[in-house]
Amino acid sequence: MRKRSDLRAWLVSPSVLVALCIVVSLFAVLQFSFRAFVPGSLDVGGFTFANFTGLTKPIYLDAFANTLLLSVETTIFSLLAAYPLAYALVRVKNRALKSFILVVSITPLFLGEIVRTYSWISVLGSNGFINGLLRKLGLIEWPLELMFTHLGVLIALVHVTIPVVVLMLATAISHIDRDYEKAAQSLGAGPVRTFITVTLPLSMPGILAGITTAFAWTFSAFATPQMIGGGRVPTVSTLVYQLGFASMNFPLAASLSVMGLLLTAASLFALGLFTKRLKTVGGH
Amino acid sequence: MRIKNALPWPLRIAGPVLVALLLAFVLLPVVVVTIASFNEKAIISFPPESYSLTWFARVFSYPDFREGFRASLVVTGWSSFIALVIGTCLSIAVKRLEFWGKQTLLAILHSPLVVPHFTLGLGLLILVSQASINRSYDVVILCHVMLVLPFVLKSVYVSMENLDARFEQAAASLGASPLKVLFTITIPLLAPGLFGGWLFAAIMSFSEFTASLFVTTQATQTLPVAMYNYVREFADPTLAALSVVYIAVTATVLAFANYFLGLGKILNIEEGH
Repeated sequence: MRKRSDLRAWLVSPSVLVALCIVVSLFAVLQFSFRAFVPGSLDVGGFTFANFTGLTKPIYLDAFANTLLLSVETTIFSLLAAYPLAYALVRVKNRALKSFILVVSITPLFLGEIVRTYSWISVLGSNGFINGLLRKLGLIEWPLELMFTHLGVLIALVHVTIPVVVLMLATAISHIDRDYEKAAQSLGAGPVRTFITVTLPLSMPGILAGITTAFAWTFSAFATPQMIGGGRVPTVSTLVYQLGFASMNFPLAASLSVMGLLLTAASLFALGLFTKRLKTVGGH
Repeated sequence: MRIKNALPWPLRIAGPVLVALLLAFVLLPVVVVTIASFNEKAIISFPPESYSLTWFARVFSYPDFREGFRASLVVTGWSSFIALVIGTCLSIAVKRLEFWGKQTLLAILHSPLVVPHFTLGLGLLILVSQASINRSYDVVILCHVMLVLPFVLKSVYVSMENLDARFEQAAASLGASPLKVLFTITIPLLAPGLFGGWLFAAIMSFSEFTASLFVTTQATQTLPVAMYNYVREFADPTLAALSVVYIAVTATVLAFANYFLGLGKILNIEEGH
């Protein structure tokens, strides 16, 4: 049996090391959030609660509210947009069309935040696609304000989130046993009714996974609110960066991160409670 | 056949139209940035009045992009390789062995999917500066290993699920040692899943931005960080041109992966029958 435990140590210990790095990094943030800020220096002072009481300023409360709102909106819209795509991706018979839908709806996932966000700037900018088109059509005289607005950030965030939600929904839809749908139809249910009473409830695991991921991803999105919001749509992530790199106030940045994490955890917990009820509805 | 025709005609048309519109929404920024990249003028405007390839030339001559590309290759190469090895070992251990703290370990390793990248990046930055370690490539690579490991774990675990354990039992009963079974049976059978996991890890690492912004320095800045710094300084379409190159390469890699491996299988979105 010695060999077996040897093998186990070899297989497991590298991942334990990585897990340790994650835990220690998060602990470093927690530790810094309780330390005093020494202006003009990277060193920190003694234990204090000042960072957390400092977070009650309107600018930070605003950022929390903003981030929460953006996360909820993005989750809803990306779910609505991703469901038809995922459904088509799984159920379309034509192989070429299937591949096309797959590559188009999944590729953005792998482009990274910068490329995707920058592409949206060329769509939303005052000389961008939307304004150029509307001006050509003579519909507007002055460019619409889309950059540096909540709406602009929201549109780009929904676009960023769609691919991952499509993936999760497609996984769930592809695992639905078609016999249930056939049974419903042979019992006289129309396609719409079959979809609402059979397919939709059976894809609930994917919907829940999609909601969780979309929410968490939007909460942690940085490049999109930073580049499209341009400082006028403050979020937790953009403030953490500003505090860290512009003011060098790492303790305050750390406490903001800790509050952000707590808020994410609380939201996901509340979501869990809510969806537990949804699950029982889905499963009757 | 009567069942199929039961769908009222407005819905039969509405479905495909809706899907087409959504696909158009997903493609819109890609198309627009492509057109914008050929603009002769040094601004992003739509539609361009005249076209040129100037900005593509600048993509390849701008030193920060060249350096960033090199840094990204180093970071991506190492981190995806390390994550693949670590992730494969752990997946095998999780599937086949019992050990103390298994669930806790998995929960921690999957946490970067939910914990914001800026939080992990900040933590690593604080840690490194407190321990007065140089922010060299090692730190960036470690950071990326933490971030991409969950993707490797998922991909390898899914293909472990589809692996028939009887092949391994047969080899073992014929006298192969556990290590020999691992290298001659288990790993070759897992190869497509391993490649898929590695590919995802590599693409994710190559395009990772937020955490990298925190842990890189001027000397180790990866391509996405260099791109971000470029937008802050210049407003010309160079970044549009670079985005086009980026999109073309990524789409090609994915199309190849789809052709040879079947992305549907790797992503676990294929219908059973």
